[in-house]
Formats: sequence, structure tokens, C-alpha cells
Amino acid sequence: MEFITSIFTDYTLRSVVFGSAILGIVSGALGSFAVLRRQSLLGDAISHTALPGVAIAFLLTGSRQPLWLLLGAALAGWMGTLIVMVVIGKSRIKQDSALGMVLAVLFGFGMVLMSYVQRTPEASKAGLDKFLFGQASTLMTEDIYIMGVLGSIALILMLLFWKEFKILSFDREFGTSMGFKMRLVDILLTTLLVIAIVIGLQTVGVVLMSAMVVAPAAAARQWTDRLGVMVLLAALFGALGGVSGAILSSMTHKLPTGPTAVLCISTIVIISLLFAPNRGLIYRQLSYLRRRRALAMNSVLLDLFELAQHHKRAEHPHPLNTLKSMSDRPERVERTLLELYDRGLVDKNTDGLWYLTSEGQSHAKKQLGEIGVMS
Amino acid sequence: MSSSQIEIQLIAIVVAAACALPGVFLVLRRVALLSDAISHSILLGIVLAFFIVEDLASPLLIVAAALTGVFTVFLVEMINRTRLVKEDAAIGLVFPVLFSIGVILISRYAGNVHLDIDSVLLGEIAFAPFNRMVIAGMDVGPKALWVMGGILIINIVLIILFFKEFKLVSFDSGLAAALGFSPTVITYLLMTQVSITAVGAFDAVGSILVVALMIAPPATAYILTDNMTRMIIYSALIGAVGAVSGYWIAHWLDVSIAGSMAGMSGVLFGLAFLLVPKRGLLAQMMRRRKQKREFKVVMLLIHLYNHEGLPEAKCECRKDHLTDHLSWSEEESRQVVEMTLRSGYASIDGELLLLTDRGRSTAKEAIINWTPRTQTT
Repeated sequence: MEFITSIFTDYTLRSVVFGSAILGIVSGALGSFAVLRRQSLLGDAISHTALPGVAIAFLLTGSRQPLWLLLGAALAGWMGTLIVMVVIGKSRIKQDSALGMVLAVLFGFGMVLMSYVQRTPEASKAGLDKFLFGQASTLMTEDIYIMGVLGSIALILMLLFWKEFKILSFDREFGTSMGFKMRLVDILLTTLLVIAIVIGLQTVGVVLMSAMVVAPAAAARQWTDRLGVMVLLAALFGALGGVSGAILSSMTHKLPTGPTAVLCISTIVIISLLFAPNRGLIYRQLSYLRRRRALAMNSVLLDLFELAQHHKRAEHPHPLNTLKSMSDRPERVERTLLELYDRGLVDKNTDGLWYLTSEGQSHAKKQLGEIGVMS
Repeated sequence: MSSSQIEIQLIAIVVAAACALPGVFLVLRRVALLSDAISHSILLGIVLAFFIVEDLASPLLIVAAALTGVFTVFLVEMINRTRLVKEDAAIGLVFPVLFSIGVILISRYAGNVHLDIDSVLLGEIAFAPFNRMVIAGMDVGPKALWVMGGILIINIVLIILFFKEFKLVSFDSGLAAALGFSPTVITYLLMTQVSITAVGAFDAVGSILVVALMIAPPATAYILTDNMTRMIIYSALIGAVGAVSGYWIAHWLDVSIAGSMAGMSGVLFGLAFLLVPKRGLLAQMMRRRKQKREFKVVMLLIHLYNHEGLPEAKCECRKDHLTDHLSWSEEESRQVVEMTLRSGYASIDGELLLLTDRGRSTAKEAIINWTPRTQTT
């Protein structure tokens, strides 16, 4: 309780929580589109490319005004995307190589500039250094305002162009045939992604920001097949991961925010991959077992029915071993018979032989009818 | 040049060449970004091994890091197999986690040793000559040179030994599997190679710049040649050129050496991308312009041919009327007419353009060739 009130009273903590919530919401929501469009690693390229942008902005303006630095980062990130697109379009280099190369080369260029900046006497080294791995506790109210404004613009544009972005993500050709300018839509969505990444740079850092784009969306995808729900969930997960990471790191000594936030959001991903209904691994395993049991019950039931066909009476009883010899998993036959007994489909006579009840017979006939044997 | 400068350049060349060799196959197999994932996640292996042996020079570090690299690829493939996320997202999910654990461990527990965050990202090639290899009391050179030299030789030997397998799997992994070469085994061999190289290079150039040295030179070589053997050799050479030029630029400007090496490898790619004959961007643009001009000339010839000998020819074939009939600008039609006349396709009579025999046959040929096939048959 004391902690919750301190969110509203403690200045640093309040900045941290608001900042990382904004970052999580925006990167989660826009990351959904990136993940659906198989552009997860574009985020990685954009965030690494932002580094030279930050350094150039600092060199040109000589200030560490967050607005200028973020503007530099955004322009550089945008340029990076452009280079990737040109390289893919105009040479035989494939997307993976183009992304990796742009990411690493421009990051290297950024490091060159950073080492230059750090030599200049007026440079406050600490200011730019946090762009590498992020430091949420250094967020100022001014930073929060800028993040809030940029984030709101990005989210509002996302809502305004929702239909276009949806078409772009799922069926670009259809969009073109409907007369949408898909190239422009693509550029707009990429620009919004750049904004989302830039917002998080101060908190999470250039090296790991891409995870904040990919992870919430990948987690959200497991819970739903609807875009709207996915974007909402991703925003929620992003905020949850971002805030918990930022709080943990600002309360603990020597714990960089970026890596901590990544671990928090990745925990959500692991939970989603395992437990999400329908798609989750555990759900899938359970439904596999359930189907296998239903199949086993059906096959024993039909075996009994087939055996009875050879006799005059449909409820002619048969020993367990006969049924076992007909099954490909004999060790399970007895258990299956007991399950069928529980449902009143088979019964055991006084000699210990198994036979179909009348309900079992009609059930078996229905099954055979469904697969077309009894037509 | 001082002896330590020479040594730094030697190390840089060896690192760049060692990275470029496995990089060729990463680029050809379109899994370049796995190098990004591996070079990040090996940090965790290095840190964990360091906590166990507490010695940064221990060979166990290389083993542990290589294992983490292979483990990363295994994790990515495992997530892929669930089909819950796409492959690119699987890569993007795995390495940040392992890297984050590594960074947190360093910043919390190893802050005072050489493993600090700056050296994780950038390495310390400038200090490499200070760490000497001493055998039986004799100084035989910087240790990094020996380590990376060894890795380079391993890479060369592996590529020579498994050249056929690497080539087959790179271009047609289905055929490789059908012929009995397991693509999985080859893939993991390559990934082990990438991991070991990344660990060795990590010390010199840091995690992210390993990626630059692994992808940029092979990508450059890929633009330059269609022959795989040449691509491998070019990659190593381009890597070396980038490394040495990067070193000198860093030296003159007094900036980060590793960053400058990565930057130069990008510059070399940019030069190849723009200037290479035939495939380069410049050559592409010039070819397109030439095609456009030739197309316009043929269009004029067809126009003249269509109206030749007909009453309206007097007006249709006038030089100054092309702006109306073909909706060209004056400048455009002036250029096209000049080119047509110069190539001897037409002659001029006052203002009237007249086809020559050559021009007429070219126009006829063009009409036949351009008629859509569905209509001719």
C-alpha cells in the first residue's frame, strides 16, 4: 500500500512508472503490426540505427534536450529502414543480410560518433551513455511529456488508419486492388514503428528496444485471433513488462532497466506460449490427449460391435484378450473399457466377458454412419 | 608505425577474415540474422564460465560461449517448431533474453573486472597487443593474434573439408537431404563455427560489430561475383581491407577502432552497391535510361511507319508535331529526333521525317516482336 501511494508522491518513481507505461503501450500496440508482417527484426535495425542519430543530434545542437535527441534518433531510424528497403529492392541482397548489415554497420558508426562526442569537453558523457541500455531512473518530467505526446500521436494515427493497416498486414494485394495507396500506408506504419521505438530508447536503450516491440505482440498473439484484441493485449503486456522492469531496476542498485524489462516481458511470453487457450503448448498437449482417448474409446467400441456382427446377438460378449489382440495399444484396452463402462456403453457379464449395451450399439451404429460404412 | 600498431592491424585482419568465412554461408542461406542472435547470447556463456573459472583467459570461456551460441540456435528452432510465432519473431524473442541475463550478471557482479558493458559492445582491440602469449618464457606475440589465427585456420580447414556439403546445403538443402547429407548436421556445424568465431572476435570488436564483420564483407562479395569460391576469397579480402582502413581512420580521428572498422565495411558495401558494373545501382540506372531512350526511338519509328505514304503523313510526321502526337515535351522530341537521325533510321526533308530502309525494317521488326503472343497464335 505504501508502495502504491509512493507511485503518486515519489517524483522519480512516478516518472519511471509513467514513462515505462507509455513506452510499453505504444511499442506493444505498434509491435503487433510488425510481428504480423514478419518484420520483427526491422525493429532491431531501427533501434540500433537510432544511435548515430542521437550522437549527430547532440553534435549539431550541443544540447541534450530530449526532443532533439529523439528527433535525431527518429530520423536516423527512418533512414536505416530506407537503406534496408533500397538495398533489398536494388540488389540481390536478401532481407536478412540487409537488416543485419544496416543494424551493425550503422551501430558501429554510432559508436564512432559516441567516442568522438565523449572526447569533446562539454559533453556530459552520462547523458548519452544511457541510450545503450537505458536508465529509467533518469527520466525527467519533460521526457515524460515528450514521450506522452509522441506516443499519443502514434496511437491516434494508428486508430485513424486502422482499416488500412489491417489490410496491409493481412493482404496487401487486396488493398492495392481496392485502390489504397499501399506504399504510402506502408511508409506511414513504418514511421509509427520508428516513433514507438524512439519513445523507448531512453528507458530501455537501443540494444534491447527491439524486444519490447516483438515480445508483447508475440505473447498477445497466442491469446486471440482478432487484431483489435491482439493490439489491446499487446499494449497491456508491454505496459506490464515495462513498468515492472522499470520499477525493479530503479529500486535495485546496478540493475540496468533495458535488460530487466526484457526479462519481465519475456516471462509473459513464456507464460503465453505455455498456457494460452487454443494455441498454448499445454492446452495443445491436453487436447491431444483428450482426442487420443476419444479415439481409443471409439475404436474399442467399434471392435466390440464388429465382433458381435459375427454372432446372432448384437450383445454377444467377448473376452478382454480378443479385444486386446485387435488394438494397436493393447495395454490401454482395459482402461478404455472401464471408461466406456462409466458412460454406460459397455458392460461386463458374470463370466467377465465384455458386451455392448443397447446404448453402446446405437452409439457404434451412429459412428459407423458418420464415417460412411453403414450407408 | 609502431610494433603495437602493426600487431593491432594484424589482429584486425585475422578477425575480419575469420568472421567473413562463415559469414558467406550465413548470407547465402539467408540466416544472416542468426549471427546477430549468436553474437549477443554468447555473452551469457562467457559470463557464466567466467564466474566458474574466474579467469578471462581460460579456454573454457570459448567452449561455454560456443555452447551458448549453439543453444541459441536450438532454442530458436524449438520455438519455430511449435509454430506459435514466425521465425523472425523467434529470433527476436530468444537472444534478448539471454543477452539481458548476461548484461545483468555483468553489471551486478562483475563490475570491477575487465568485463564491463562498453567492452561487451565494443571490445578492446587497442589493448590486445598488451596481452602477450608467452611460451616457455618467450614472448611470441599478442595472444589475440594466436587465438584468432587458430580460429581462422579452423574455419579454413572446415570449409575446405566440407566445401561440397556447405555448398549443397547453401543452395539446395532439399537435394542435400535427398542425397544423404543431413542439412541439420551441416547447419549445426556452421553454427558452431559462427559461435566460436564470434567468441574469439568478441574480445577484439565486441558483440554487435561481430555482426558487421560477418555480414557486410560477404554481402559485398555476393554483389561482386557468382562463384562461391571467389565469394569466399573476396569476403576475406574485403573484410581485411575494411579492418585496416577502419583502423587508420580511427587512428587519425581518435575514435572507436571497432566502430570504425564496422563503418568501413559498410562503406565498402556501399561502394560495391553503387559502382559495380552491371549489378551496381549506377549501372542499373544508366541501363534503364538507355532502354528508355531506345524505346522512344522505336516508338517514333513505328509512328512514322504507321503513317508512311498516307495523306495525313504531312502533318503526323512533322518534326514539330511530335509533341502532340506522342505527347512528348519539346526537349524530349528534339533529343529523340536527333538520336533517330544520327542512327540513320530516318532522314529529314524540311520539317518532315522520312523513314530510311533501315528504319522501316526496324519498325516492322519491333511491331512483330511486341505483338502479344496470344494474338499472333
